[in-house]
Amino acid sequence: MTITHHLDDATLMSFAAGALPGALAAVAAAHASMCLRCRRELAMLETVGGALLADLPATPSAQFDPRRMVPAGAAQPHPFAAAGDREIPRPVAGLVSGGLDSVPWRWLGPGVWDHLLPHAGLGRLRLLRVARGRNIPEHGHGGMELTLVLRGSFHDDTGRYRRGDVAELDETMAHQPVADAGGDCICLVASEKPEHFSGLIARQWQRLRRI
Amino acid sequence: MADLLRRVAEQADPEAFRELFQTYGPRVKAYMMRQGADAATAEDLAQETLLSVWRRASLYVADRGSVATWIFAIARNVRIDRLRREVAWQELPEGRPEQPSGETLPDEVLSAKERQARVRTALSQLPPEQHQVVTLSYLDGLSHGEIAARLGLPLGTVKSRMRIAYQRIRAALEDLQ
Repeated sequence: MTITHHLDDATLMSFAAGALPGALAAVAAAHASMCLRCRRELAMLETVGGALLADLPATPSAQFDPRRMVPAGAAQPHPFAAAGDREIPRPVAGLVSGGLDSVPWRWLGPGVWDHLLPHAGLGRLRLLRVARGRNIPEHGHGGMELTLVLRGSFHDDTGRYRRGDVAELDETMAHQPVADAGGDCICLVASEKPEHFSGLIARQWQRLRRI
Repeated sequence: MADLLRRVAEQADPEAFRELFQTYGPRVKAYMMRQGADAATAEDLAQETLLSVWRRASLYVADRGSVATWIFAIARNVRIDRLRREVAWQELPEGRPEQPSGETLPDEVLSAKERQARVRTALSQLPPEQHQVVTLSYLDGLSHGEIAARLGLPLGTVKSRMRIAYQRIRAALEDLQ
């Protein structure tokens, strides 16, 4: 897997800082789990947090209480650390049971389906499936959006996005991505702000009527 | 600091932990208060973070970063989990470092301590407007949009300041090339 489209530097920094809104952080984590380059960058960016923490003025704190201490060394690594080469990136694997072939898709318009992934956090997280050759609808209404390709591929005027690639949009960008021939394209999409599906369906029908 | 942590991991040495606590407990508390916690909550979260340091000491790997960096990552995840009640999607820098596929990146030939020192110097040399967006992100936990609103700046300006700051920090680690 060769990843050519990475997270933006400002997004990586915000993610390392713990300041990226929840849904976007989920996609950033999913991309990082597939991308050694971005994991390395994140490790470097955490050093910034360490330096800032070490330089914070100390606020008086209660003393260490040995009675609170349980034996050291009992911890398990972070649950995400289990390796695996599954189609669904491991940070979000718990949100999608049964794999991409058994997702209960919701029909949004001709050749476009989605499935919302519940998560405790800001923003909207979902899987989006687009039939080959179809336009991937613009669904953001302000705010930032991250799209991670899980299956298939799409292209727009910035290039071709394959599995593991992440596309980053904000409200200032206009684009017209199209799913490539060769199979449906399935993406994990996070939007900073909730979208209006009625508007999306309406645009799909408008597009259909023009054909 | 790495030695103290090793004594905690290998010997469950309470004196070593006490020293770590005295250094980082008050700073983690200050971090939590910057993130909007009141003093009592910040104290609880600092205790919880340091308790996690005690429990996870055996998972710390010096090659992955300094002790301060590791404690920052734990504190960050505690804060997301408890203060924001969200999922902390960030992995902690633990376990064996990943083997590079061929090349060694320039910043990896430096020790964790040296990297930390260089990042600290680079941070101190950032122009104030870049330093500001970095600290609002790391210490105040504000998203790009929230920083833009706080400073009355366009979103694009916030992001570009952050990108330039990032590039300067990265450059500080790469000058051994």
